[in-house]
Amino acid sequence: MMEDFRKLDVPALKDMARTIRTDIVKMVHAAGSGHPGGSLSATDIATALYFNVMNIRPEQPHWEDRDRFVLSKGHCCPVLYACLGRRGYFDVAELNTLRKFGSKLQGHPDMHKCPGVEMSAGTLGNGLGCAVGMALAGRLQDKAYKIFVLLGDGECQEGSVWEAAMCGSHHKLTNLIAIVDVNRLQILDTTAKVMNVAPLADKWRSFGWKVLEINGHDMGQVVATLDYAKVIDGPVVILADTVKGKGISFMENVVKWHGAAPSDKELELAIKEIEGVAA
Amino acid sequence: MEATRFAFGKEILEIAKTHDDFVVCNADTKACGIEAMAELFPTRSFSIGIAEQNLINVSAGLAASGYKVFACTFAVFLTMRCCEQVRNFVCHTNLNVTLVGTHTGLQVGEDGATHAAVEDVAIMGAMPNMTIIQPADAVAARAIAHAAHKFVGPLYVRLHRNPSPVIYGESYKFEVGKATVVRNDGDDVALISSGIMLQKALDAADALKAKGIRARVIDMSTLKPLDEAAVLAAAKATNAVVTIEDHSTIGGLGAAVAQVLSQQYPCFLKCIGIPDVYGESGPSEILYAKYHMDVPSIVAASEKLVAKKSLPALV
Repeated sequence: MMEDFRKLDVPALKDMARTIRTDIVKMVHAAGSGHPGGSLSATDIATALYFNVMNIRPEQPHWEDRDRFVLSKGHCCPVLYACLGRRGYFDVAELNTLRKFGSKLQGHPDMHKCPGVEMSAGTLGNGLGCAVGMALAGRLQDKAYKIFVLLGDGECQEGSVWEAAMCGSHHKLTNLIAIVDVNRLQILDTTAKVMNVAPLADKWRSFGWKVLEINGHDMGQVVATLDYAKVIDGPVVILADTVKGKGISFMENVVKWHGAAPSDKELELAIKEIEGVAA
Repeated sequence: MEATRFAFGKEILEIAKTHDDFVVCNADTKACGIEAMAELFPTRSFSIGIAEQNLINVSAGLAASGYKVFACTFAVFLTMRCCEQVRNFVCHTNLNVTLVGTHTGLQVGEDGATHAAVEDVAIMGAMPNMTIIQPADAVAARAIAHAAHKFVGPLYVRLHRNPSPVIYGESYKFEVGKATVVRNDGDDVALISSGIMLQKALDAADALKAKGIRARVIDMSTLKPLDEAAVLAAAKATNAVVTIEDHSTIGGLGAAVAQVLSQQYPCFLKCIGIPDVYGESGPSEILYAKYHMDVPSIVAASEKLVAKKSLPALV
């Protein structure tokens, strides 16, 4: 029962992250298309949020005091769906319907089709602005909830990200926490080659945000930093240093796995690797 | 004379005095007077700055959190600079955001092409879930302010810049999706206008009456969903329909009426509006005359259409 949910500790979160990674590769394999690379780089962050940090009630997806999570890089929805399914928003058996006709798990998240999705997404650079709106609403309603929003580093090439960043600090949104999944790759090549977004810390700081930098795969650090971000006054951004395709050696740091489905053989290899990793 | 944009904006401020269920987002334009919310109710007014993409995304976030949102700026920015955000974060999400677009059509006059929204209805109208309304005068604008406040879902309110004649009495009632038969002199021709072009349609009806042509005049204040029943009733009564709009003839009132009539009741039709061109600097009345949207042009087009009715049918 969800009422009995206890926050997972770090070892249990690491186990859950392996389950989520396995779900991701299985889902994308079953769909025949999708985005494993950026889902895997964000897995430890999303797992920490859904299984420890966020104050949520899966049995009441619209509970008014819940913390909100906005996935701005909507193509990485496999990680979101896996977390929602494992957390009890819907039956995990539905995970293999990703991208299929009639599924609540659309190719990019649809807030009206999938319980737990706070904002539809798909086109990049928009989630932070939506999160700013939610943070303004939370303050206006005098609510204590926090808004978490996950962006990609490539996504920071969108000008609308910086419109929203400016707005978040202008309106002094203490309840707004952005996380950038800095995996350094995008569709064509590295972010450094396609359009350099560095130095991200300086950019966010100059836009008036508090900046925290972490290893996005060190679960202890991820949880501690997210908890810290909740208690300090935002807006705060966590720049999470990650590896695209994390956890599956042949996907790690390989541009192709931004948007490709593993073959039967690759899936088998991937699952073995994930399950073989000791805690 | 009163501008529809100020009538609408001031009425929203009046509604704000007794209702705290909505908020306003501005993008540094003096669009419709609604900017005064910032002084009157500072907690319910958000300055987003010159950043239209963020204007819409912030509005979507507020709406997803339970607020009705009015997002206001010039139509040319609101419907085009942030077109993708309107599509994906207001319309696809079906959120309760009213887009208040001002300075529409050729009435921006001197500001010229970049500021004249002549294709905004075509763009907004193509998006599923979007409703589009446009007041013909200040009285209608005030009624539409109340309707917009009560409305739930994506809504585009199209407003004009300059003062325009007050046509309606205070008994005017607005209903989303319902056209108003403003005048009915008879069955020779039906003039269907939207927005401030209503005054020109009424003046044309006067001139036609003097020439012995009996016109009826219909105000199509809701552009989407179109009041098809009103269009069909007018067509069946007159067999000759003239549409008049301060918008491109591509994708606006005329195109919508043509789509209905061509499929359900083919009859004589003339679409008056801006041809496939951008605006330019100049007094609006000169621009209306240039594009044959002035009263003499409406009269001439109507006469021509009525004359066609008496020609033997082509077989």
